[in-house]
Amino acid sequence: MNNALQKPVLTIRDLRLAFGDRRHQTPVLHGISLHIQPGEKVALVGESGSGKSVTARLAMGLLQDSKRTHVSGSIWFDGIDAAKGGPEIARRRGNRVAMIFQDPTSALNPTFKIRGQFRDVLRSGDRSISKDEADRRAEAALAEVSIPDPKRALDSYAFQLSGGMNQRVMIAMSLANRPQLLIADEPGTALDVTVQAQTLNLMHELTEKTGTSVLLISHNLGVVREFADRVYVIYRGRIVEHGTTAQLFNDPRHPYTRALLAAIPKISGGGLPDLPERSPEFENPLITHEGCGEPAEALS
Amino acid sequence: MSNILRSLLHRLGAALIVMIGISMLIFAIARVMPGDPARIALGPNATAEQVAALRLERHLDASLPVQYWEFVKSLATGDLGKSLYTNRPVTTDIAQFLPATLELVFVSGILMVLIGLPLGILSAHFRGRFPDHVGRLISLLGVCTPAFVWGVILQLVFGYFWGWFPIEGRLLEGTPIPPGPTGFYLIDMAMAGNGAGFLDALHHLILPALALAMSGLGQTARLTRSNMNEVYDRPYVEMARAYGFPARRIATRYAFRPALIPTLTILGLEFAAMLGNAFLVEKVFGWPGLSRYGVEVILRKDLDAIVGTVLVIAAAFLIVNIIVDILVNVINPRIRLAAGRA
Repeated sequence: MNNALQKPVLTIRDLRLAFGDRRHQTPVLHGISLHIQPGEKVALVGESGSGKSVTARLAMGLLQDSKRTHVSGSIWFDGIDAAKGGPEIARRRGNRVAMIFQDPTSALNPTFKIRGQFRDVLRSGDRSISKDEADRRAEAALAEVSIPDPKRALDSYAFQLSGGMNQRVMIAMSLANRPQLLIADEPGTALDVTVQAQTLNLMHELTEKTGTSVLLISHNLGVVREFADRVYVIYRGRIVEHGTTAQLFNDPRHPYTRALLAAIPKISGGGLPDLPERSPEFENPLITHEGCGEPAEALS
Repeated sequence: MSNILRSLLHRLGAALIVMIGISMLIFAIARVMPGDPARIALGPNATAEQVAALRLERHLDASLPVQYWEFVKSLATGDLGKSLYTNRPVTTDIAQFLPATLELVFVSGILMVLIGLPLGILSAHFRGRFPDHVGRLISLLGVCTPAFVWGVILQLVFGYFWGWFPIEGRLLEGTPIPPGPTGFYLIDMAMAGNGAGFLDALHHLILPALALAMSGLGQTARLTRSNMNEVYDRPYVEMARAYGFPARRIATRYAFRPALIPTLTILGLEFAAMLGNAFLVEKVFGWPGLSRYGVEVILRKDLDAIVGTVLVIAAAFLIVNIIVDILVNVINPRIRLAAGRA
């Protein structure tokens, strides 16, 4: 990890978020900082409600339009500050940054065939693309994710395809415009485990090939260990531990990370350890492993 | 395609059963209403013998089942009986008045869709902002103000104060009534190549059609708005945003079509309800339509005419519903494809 030489793809600095009106605000994020290098796969791990999904949505500029969200801090991506939301980041969605969702079947529109939606995905990369050209590229993209009959898949509705197929379609859509950054929000959590593993491998393989950086949002430590180069652990809106995957899994230092790792069921038995749901220890300050600091001059 | 045909046949069969039920019901209801139809028809000066003769002629002394059997027998030959009041065959009366009502209702339905749906889309697209407030105000006023009040308001403002539109009738005095064949003046004028007549008919149609459309229009806008707001929270709309689909395209396609499916069913009911509501509007605008005829014959206890009018309106209601069902099937791929498998 040579942070000094490369310019990160995504740099989040002291990101704070609160929901609510002016008088009653519920803070959700308390100053998140993280960065992703080109080609790097970074995981953001935490339990439900820890703020990992909203972080991803803020990075895409999807929440900022609402009057009820209050954002401060910065999200540097592709030369702009995405924390402000607005048309600058909107223009980059679908082509510079793309997203994969929890349940691929419900993330595809049930009243339009895949073909029409794929065309619109490709249009966000190239506004003037012709229908024939779009269809040709869509077929190629579907072939790339090992869909046996791309033409038939394009002429199907999402509900006619299996969950695994839809996930492949989603992956093909997300990478079709060769984005710099792919945000995967608990990808395939709604799928069964073998299909989930297959599609994660596929995603891993393709992003390696295209050099796309990945921000993986997950609560599944097994997936994170397989997939990510570096891990941020998030707890109640704060990053509590940050290190490479090996450092974090071999030498968890923060009490919350230890509790999280202890919660993985083991085949050797013994049942789940008795873990507290909350503990003042979990709020301990951030622990950063050796060589993993936030790049200092990336604020530019 | 064959599954759509099959579901059409299925629905037609169901509609036939409904029609039989309605005919029995209205037949019985018309006859248990107080008052002697023969006496009402002949007036207070008629003698008892004349009344008795008319009752005999119309089988009014027979039992209900026998009367119904007579009615069904003549219905099979396309005869709906004779109006006691106009003394003409009921089918002739209906053929005269029905086209005016249908023309009014169709144009209202078109206005309802063409104004209501975009209003709902705008409200949902600009949720919580100015266009949404305006859209909601219009639709709320539309829903909560009765059609005849709208009729009077529109007449006052656009007919009387500003004089933009005529207040009464289907054509200007002196404009020759088009010879046919449909009885829809817009179509007849167009077919006769009479441009001035067409504009005249349209000119007369707009105010009553708008008055009749307002409540359905408001309902349509409200439903479209709420269904679309629900759809906006679905993952596939978030996906559309996350992939940079233009907001306008999301509003008019990706959020609109899923929201249209539940809206369309209600829209069909609103459209059918216009057939009944048309009476008030026809009254206000002096529109010579079937709804007005229907109420007049009920007040006169004109048995055959009541039954005939109700049956025709019921048939129109059922036809509209069948059309809406088919449209829903066409729009919703899930139903369309499931019907193919069944």
